[in-house]
Amino acid sequence: MRIALFLTCVNDAMFPATGQAVVRILERLGHTVEFPAAQTCCGQMHANSGYRDEAVPMVRHFADTFAPYQAIVAPSGSCVAMVRDAYPRLWPAAAPVAARTYELSELLVDVLGVTDLGAYFPHRVTYHPTCHGLRMLRLGDRPQRLLREVEGLELVELPEAEECCGFGGTFAVKNSGVSSAMLADKCAAIGDTGAEYLAAADNSCLLHIGGGLSREGAGSKPVHYAEILANQKGAG
Amino acid sequence: MSGHGDGHIVAHRPFPAAATVELGKPQLRENLRNATHTIRDKRLRLVAERDDWEELRASGARIKDGVLARLPELLDQFTEAATAAGAVVHRAADAEQACAIVTDLVRATGETEVLKVKSMATQEIALNEALTAAGIEPVETDLAELIVQLAGDTPSHILVPAIHYNRAQIRDIFARQMPGVDLSTLTDDPPALAEAARRHLRQKFLTARVAVSGANFAVAETGSLVVVESEGNGRMCLTLPETLISVVGIEKLVPNFQDLAVFLELLPRSSTGERMNPYTTVWSGVTPGDGPQQVHIVLLDNGRSAVRDDPVGRQALRCIRCSACLNVCPVYERVGGHAYGSVYPGPIGAILSPQLTGQAAGANRTLPYASTLCGACFDACPVRINIPELLIHLRQTGPKPAGERAAMRAAAQVMRSPRRYRSALRSLRWAAAPLRWTNRRGRLRRLPWPLSGWTASRDAPLPPGASFRQWWADR
Repeated sequence: MRIALFLTCVNDAMFPATGQAVVRILERLGHTVEFPAAQTCCGQMHANSGYRDEAVPMVRHFADTFAPYQAIVAPSGSCVAMVRDAYPRLWPAAAPVAARTYELSELLVDVLGVTDLGAYFPHRVTYHPTCHGLRMLRLGDRPQRLLREVEGLELVELPEAEECCGFGGTFAVKNSGVSSAMLADKCAAIGDTGAEYLAAADNSCLLHIGGGLSREGAGSKPVHYAEILANQKGAG
Repeated sequence: MSGHGDGHIVAHRPFPAAATVELGKPQLRENLRNATHTIRDKRLRLVAERDDWEELRASGARIKDGVLARLPELLDQFTEAATAAGAVVHRAADAEQACAIVTDLVRATGETEVLKVKSMATQEIALNEALTAAGIEPVETDLAELIVQLAGDTPSHILVPAIHYNRAQIRDIFARQMPGVDLSTLTDDPPALAEAARRHLRQKFLTARVAVSGANFAVAETGSLVVVESEGNGRMCLTLPETLISVVGIEKLVPNFQDLAVFLELLPRSSTGERMNPYTTVWSGVTPGDGPQQVHIVLLDNGRSAVRDDPVGRQALRCIRCSACLNVCPVYERVGGHAYGSVYPGPIGAILSPQLTGQAAGANRTLPYASTLCGACFDACPVRINIPELLIHLRQTGPKPAGERAAMRAAAQVMRSPRRYRSALRSLRWAAAPLRWTNRRGRLRRLPWPLSGWTASRDAPLPPGASFRQWWADR
């Protein structure tokens, strides 16, 4: 299958390893990955902050860029939720492209029908279901099903996993105090699991939680679950 | 054009400032956490019992949308039926008018004390303050509302007004403020506290001649009002006094009793996590020789027609004040109701208050930003109000800081052009390059304003040396 990678702006700028992991996973499964170089940002920050007029050109640009592809995948529940949920309202012509856009675990489990990716990750891992993946995409336990197949990985439950980490895009800056209070509780819950790694489907949420874990000198490291799935024995 | 509302729905401090004050109270946060988690767990269990829950939610939304579509017609139908049953129906455009109507009605009875059933509408219009100013003493009879009144405080929750107190604090409030309380038996045991309140209120129920209530629902077909409660104190207020004055928001209408049944299923499970609430009182006008002989109904607009005029915003008027959204909201859980500056706190307050008052009122423009858009409120709402969608709608229509607008426009210019976007990615890496040499941890502990709020509690990572697209081009 020919699959277009929508990397998202946060990943492009800050987390190139996540995009590389998606490419490795899909190529290992025998698919062709293309990276349309014209892609930019999905426009979520603008749309969610109330700048609809500014977001619409980005929506149109996304639709134009990805129109030729039968399947589009992104390693971000939040950006895919923006595309699938908000695009048809913001620019109705984007609806068909939006419907072909999948979060990585949806593509793997629902479209490609695989859960065992032959990955190896001998660590204790806990998983935070990020809000938009959880409530807008209804990802359910798809990411956890993929992680449970990883050799050597011990998946431990995160207490109050469904609580928001407090990021919320500009919320973390506009309501910094409340955001920090939510983050502190999330970091404490992660600490209680004793996990070496905190996995999630959104690097933006991981950027936020990771910033808190780092400040507190906590033991868990943030990692996008795609990077776990891409890891193989002997790869380090 | 319909006018905006006023009263206790205008925040006087911006949400972030008010929230900062509340965040500094560890006892408050612990009380809120315990109470909201208890109620939300009960709600989840009770909702899971109904395999038709999603259909019930959809029915609730559909009925309310139908009511809103033909509101003027239903208001006339209700007025006609209630009048035929012996009630006197008044209409109030705003808080001031509603307070004036009620105050005049109480004055006409010659009484200087009125009993009150817990009512959001009278909180909204600041009726207690208006009555007090007119020399009339309002006495709250809902236990939690009584605690708040004795403490000289304001409610912190729609359904559990005293949620921010624990029982030791309530014992102290009773000991200090309840007239004639027996200190020898007053412990912080809930039955002892309830007994003290019962003794205090019984005198009031037996002597009061005027009561003021709200209503959870108003049935258009029969002109009936419905009050749903847990304690039975409300029913005493509704049946013992000679004069009963009910202040009812115009969105409380339901067409008929068949439709009412849907909400009697949705409300108790969503609000208190019960299959059915202990007391449901329904009355229609006057019954000679039984119950209040003077019955007045004040139909309150106070901005509701303006909300109805907005095709996106209208769905907020479906709200049945169950407070399920408050109990699941991670923001509400940390700051409580007072931070929202309105009698309607939490997610529903963050949309309803600025809609009722217009976003220019006080600091209400800050309320739609009091959310991470996590969506827990939408999932919990029994009438499917898409609160995240409405928050974004209000952010779009409300005023914005000029600096932010300029920055967002500039960012959008970059993001819509692949060429500018690529060069921005390059600039970011170059700007970070010297920091990567000096910062071995790869993490920044302090960023300049406006990102300083971020680094108050979080480290920020440095952009890596190579982007994904560079790796892609090189492979």
